[in-house]
Amino acid sequence: MHFHKYEKIWLSFGIVSLIVFLSVVGVSAFSQNHTPSGGMDTIDPEKVNETAPFDNPGVTQLDEDTYQVAIVALAFGYNAPDLRVPAGKEIIFKVTSTDVVHSFTIDDTKVNMMVVPGRITTKSYTFEEPGKYLILCNEYCGTGHHMMSTEIEVY
Amino acid sequence: MIAQPERKIALWHLGVAYTAFLIGTLMGVLQVFIRNDALQLPAWLDYYQILTAHGVLLALIYTTFFIFAFFITGMSKSLGSFGPKVRLFSWIGLWVTLLGTVMATVMIIAGEASVLYTFYAPLKANGFYYVGLALVIIGTWVSSFALVGHYIVWRRKNKGQLSPLFAFMTITTIVLWIIACLGVVATVLFQYIPWAFGWTDTINVELSRSLFWYFGHPLVYFWLLPAYIAWYTIVPKLLGVKVFSDSLARLAFVLFILFSIPVGFHHQLTEPGISNFWKFLQVVLTFMVIVPSLMTAFSMFATFEISGRKKGGTGLFGWFKKLPWRDVRFTSIFIAMAFFIPGGAGGIINASFQLNEVVHNTLWIVGHFHITVGTPVAMTFMGLTFWLIPYLTGRRFTKRMQRLGFVQIITWSIGMLLMSTAQHVLGLMGAPRRTAYSGYNDHPSAMEWFDGIISNHVTMAIGGTILFLSAMILMYIVIMTMFVLPKAETPEQMVEFPLAESDMSNTPKWLENWWIWISIAAALIIIAYAIPLTHMIQHAPPGSKGFITW
Repeated sequence: MHFHKYEKIWLSFGIVSLIVFLSVVGVSAFSQNHTPSGGMDTIDPEKVNETAPFDNPGVTQLDEDTYQVAIVALAFGYNAPDLRVPAGKEIIFKVTSTDVVHSFTIDDTKVNMMVVPGRITTKSYTFEEPGKYLILCNEYCGTGHHMMSTEIEVY
Repeated sequence: MIAQPERKIALWHLGVAYTAFLIGTLMGVLQVFIRNDALQLPAWLDYYQILTAHGVLLALIYTTFFIFAFFITGMSKSLGSFGPKVRLFSWIGLWVTLLGTVMATVMIIAGEASVLYTFYAPLKANGFYYVGLALVIIGTWVSSFALVGHYIVWRRKNKGQLSPLFAFMTITTIVLWIIACLGVVATVLFQYIPWAFGWTDTINVELSRSLFWYFGHPLVYFWLLPAYIAWYTIVPKLLGVKVFSDSLARLAFVLFILFSIPVGFHHQLTEPGISNFWKFLQVVLTFMVIVPSLMTAFSMFATFEISGRKKGGTGLFGWFKKLPWRDVRFTSIFIAMAFFIPGGAGGIINASFQLNEVVHNTLWIVGHFHITVGTPVAMTFMGLTFWLIPYLTGRRFTKRMQRLGFVQIITWSIGMLLMSTAQHVLGLMGAPRRTAYSGYNDHPSAMEWFDGIISNHVTMAIGGTILFLSAMILMYIVIMTMFVLPKAETPEQMVEFPLAESDMSNTPKWLENWWIWISIAAALIIIAYAIPLTHMIQHAPPGSKGFITW
């Protein structure tokens, strides 16, 4: 099989670029903990309201610098009262669903979590700017999908 | 010209394809006006019904029927006329696929299946929607096996020879399609259908999503590879040259069998139930599938330059002016390729693990697939339609049609540029996909999205309207070339099937040893999927009941 000289240059350039891209992504992910939301925890989707931490949804302070926010997504809203968290502190979001697949997406941030019934999605995030952030569902969940939203206040 | 029975089969496929195209694009134009609150649907019709129909009819039905029309014509052209069994099974395939299509469409119209074409559980559609989708897949398998049978007959008659490039590429696409469908067939047959008909109570949601995306990503390569077949085998003929390199073309295609399948997790990067290790492994494999596309880009531009220089183009870029810009069959495909440059680059962004969080399920993704399947693939199919239908009907492709063809592809390009740019920008700002009109109670952030020069409610609607007009011009051309235009009488009036010559003298034989490629593909699939899928089954949470939330 014959590769033209220019094709060798082109493919080497392409493959080296891809390796560089992957290295940047991989190093950032695994040595600096910039991984997308996820998690391996499971939950009975019919017993969400009886299972910790979703039996008491909302903000809980874990220690001085860490807060946990538990949220239950359901068609077409979020069960998460009084969403107020401080800026500059680590916020651990834990989200699950009692019915279909949803998302928990905070506008203007990297918090963009798929919410799957039977599973708990986790994401750690630190807000830098105080303000009121829009939270919305970006996975189709039914007739009221485009109405499914709430707000989080960062102080 | 190919034999009459094959022409008839191919024309039927095109008829179904363009019926789906007509309804699908109509649904598209309705969406852009609902999204900017200019249009209120009657109570019996819902935005998400329209969205489901748009996705199913264009992404699944238009593409599939067009692809088989192209394959049937090209296989008959390059390997000779079909035998009676191949014909029979091609017809059976057509009717089964059509039956499935009608069944699924009726369910969508009846409001029993507003679950979009991804039909994520535990949204529960009417069981017959899933049966319809299963029949669509089974029908394509019957058509696929008919073509494979035709190929095997040819191989037996021509022992030790490499098959013509068109046939090789068709079989590659079919191999990829059959392996890819295993995932969706497994989930629909063993998870959705028993659950939708009430034979089982619950469904393992994460498993169903993973099996869907095992299929969902190679599905896009099932759309793209026929376009690549046209780029490799049709374009050089339009340029008056040979295929740049037969062996590299074949190598690129087999690489797609290897790397387009074990990559579905890159659609699931932000969800639970798959550990970061497996997500990242599939990200790496996703990047591998970029390599054959880079090879294709090189071959295309090499072909252009060789042709341009042969026609007297000099200097660094002089050859570019010598390309046959006045030939709509070429210009359409050239524009299609140009759209794939930002389209492919966007794909690299989407697949980049944590970077995906910025764009996942935003309008950016919608913009992305409109400049991948919606233009590079669709406009290549349009460019093929201009000669494929007249070739099959024996009618003339008149000067007037050629001019209309230009109007059609130029309007499509402008419309798509406006619409997809708006979608990309809106998505980066955070606007979600798959939503009807919503201002989120006039939340300031949501208001901000639609306040830009490009990112506003008007740009997308203008783009969508231009696209719809373009689609109607195409429908006019399709109807004219199918039923109305005068029959070609002289050889000059005959429309040809422009199939380029490919020099196979340096092509190694092992490239056509399918067992090598199928085995490596299977090994890669097992590496990428066996452990995470087993984990999903063994450590499954209690399953989900069905929900009808529309």
